[in-house]
Amino acid sequence: MLKIENLCVEIPGKEILKNVNLEVNAGETFVLFGPNGSGKTTLIMAIMGFSNYKVTSGRIIFKGEDITHLPVDERAKRGLGLMFQRPPTIKGVSLKQMVEVCSGKKDYAKEWVDQLNMESFLERDINYGFSGGEIKRSELLQLMAQGCDFVLLDEPESGVDLENICVMGKTINKLLQKDHHRRDRTKAGLIITHTGYILDYVEADRGCVLINGNFICRGNPRELLKDIHRSGYQECAVCRK
Amino acid sequence: MPKIDHKKLAKAAKEKKAAFGEDVDIKSFGKKKSSHAYIRDLSNIKEAERENLLTSGIDLTGKERSGTYLQMDHNVVHCSVKQEGLELMSVDQARDKYSWFEDYWWKAVKVDADKYTAQAELEPHFGYFIRAQAGVETIFPLQACLYLGMQGTSQHVHNVIIAEEGASLHIITGCTVAKNVKAGLHLGVSEFYVKKNAKITFTMVHNWAEDVSVRPRTGTIVEENGLFLSNYICMKPVKSLQMYPVSNLVGPGATARYNTILVAPPGSNMDVGSKVVLAAPNTKAEVVARTLTTGGNIIARGQLIGEVKSVKAHLECRGLILKESGMIHAIPELIGKVSGVDLSHEAAVGKIAQEEIEYLMSRGISREEATATIVRGFLNVQIEGLPQVLKKEMDGILDTLEKEAF
Ligand SMILES: Nc1ncnc2c1ncn2[C@@H]1O[C@H](COP(=O)(O)OP(=O)(O)OP(=O)(O)O)[C@@H](O)[C@H]1O
Ligand SMILES: [Mg+2]
Repeated sequence: MLKIENLCVEIPGKEILKNVNLEVNAGETFVLFGPNGSGKTTLIMAIMGFSNYKVTSGRIIFKGEDITHLPVDERAKRGLGLMFQRPPTIKGVSLKQMVEVCSGKKDYAKEWVDQLNMESFLERDINYGFSGGEIKRSELLQLMAQGCDFVLLDEPESGVDLENICVMGKTINKLLQKDHHRRDRTKAGLIITHTGYILDYVEADRGCVLINGNFICRGNPRELLKDIHRSGYQECAVCRK
Repeated sequence: MPKIDHKKLAKAAKEKKAAFGEDVDIKSFGKKKSSHAYIRDLSNIKEAERENLLTSGIDLTGKERSGTYLQMDHNVVHCSVKQEGLELMSVDQARDKYSWFEDYWWKAVKVDADKYTAQAELEPHFGYFIRAQAGVETIFPLQACLYLGMQGTSQHVHNVIIAEEGASLHIITGCTVAKNVKAGLHLGVSEFYVKKNAKITFTMVHNWAEDVSVRPRTGTIVEENGLFLSNYICMKPVKSLQMYPVSNLVGPGATARYNTILVAPPGSNMDVGSKVVLAAPNTKAEVVARTLTTGGNIIARGQLIGEVKSVKAHLECRGLILKESGMIHAIPELIGKVSGVDLSHEAAVGKIAQEEIEYLMSRGISREEATATIVRGFLNVQIEGLPQVLKKEMDGILDTLEKEAF
């Protein structure tokens, strides 16, 4: 469904990703680990097409189409969606408006608003004064309203309290069609996580570790997490070469 | 007390240039006086004139208004008031009616401030007098409209607005031009007096034209626990607009709030600010400006002057540049004269952040739609007292902006 070939990405003046390859199939959930600053956010921002993250070589293929040079909105229209690690604040634009933008209509996804406990945030300026956990719930609400086929989730659980992680996990499961049989799932996702807490709720299929802009290790996400816990990323860089 | 000779002061200030703004040659405008007939029934206003009046917030049915004052060029063409306890007339009538009238004449604005105030004294063309008697609250807003109907003419009005003790007055004024009028000069002196525990909400909408120059001169005196709320909106072309209204908070607990929205198309020059003098304890002020250029020049000023202890005021000025050919110059000023004043400001001028546009685009809308959404949000200050038609009008203007600017 999503295929990344020899991708090199730079931010102004600095190369971050070096020859990254990745393939995620429909129905799959893929987990991305890696230390701070290793380039995880850079990867998903490049997949979404943000202009600050420049693809210098390589390709991004989505649903069989080369989207490497498509503008952000065209990628969104094709079914890509992104939960931002640090979304911008936009004064005067309410969460409700954002949800309407996402769903493309006036109805603002009441079901998800309730499930994610966001009713009291609808009239507020998007992300203005939102707490860390509130930002994540607001981001997820927007993705639900958007109805994406492929979601890029940047640290969905960071800053979220235990109760809400559970709520978010359930919602993400819905988004990824975890209630369907594996072979019937058409959606897929890429999740960035440090703690792995979200994996207690969301079953993931495969994972990899990104260090210094390179994938250095791939495998079962639970096992990867255990290794990272036990031996840290330094070990990770050498153990399975 | 010896009577002040305003005419004499005005004569002496006849050539006095204003502190800000391009110097307008008053003599270059036509001397001819207009002779518009009185219109008893507003529904008889000519079709051609209706639209501009409507987009300035004027309700021609008068249904949701407590009264209407309409002045075309140099004639008062309509004046009526429906609510008990509210007075609406021309300043000339008020002068004849009230012996105390002079107590409110050139008291909040100086007659010799500059050549424009001087001109308003030397060659006066009416202006409205609005007064709410003690304790009276307007049910519907009063509306006043100053209209330029003759090409190349200059209009010099002088308005006096008084809210007596405990009264609450809501006024909408629209200033506009006839469709065929491209050039002209509007000089408008306005003096507001907010008495103890009184409130004035004043919303002013300017719809001028490419070659019109505008010099409002406004002063407000707010007494104990009084509240003055001023909204100013100018989103249409104007050749040269300069104003710097000032509120003097002289009574303890008095408050002033200014909201200003400016959109400057190419060729427009706007120099607009708000000034508040906090001269009594526990006075408060909030000045908010949103300015946007699609090619015109804007100077956005603001000044807060804390004269005594325990006053609090904030100035917020944000400017958005949609076209590189435009310019926004924000000049926020804070002057504290004693310790124990709490004055602050935040100013920001720039383009829309790429990051914000792309954030919206990642939710599935185009760059143009994303920009429009952000611009709408930017201009979306909560304006108390803004009539519904103006909200629609603002939307309309934004739609046009979208088509032209992005
Ligand atoms: N706009 C920028 N200007 C300068 N450096 C940047 C910019 N954006 C990213 N970087 C740098 O690029 C590197 C990769 O950043 P990225 O956000 O992809 O890391 P990450 O793996 O997501 O880290 P974290 O786990 O902390 O979120 C970091 O060193 C970061 O400081
Ligand atoms: Mg990151």
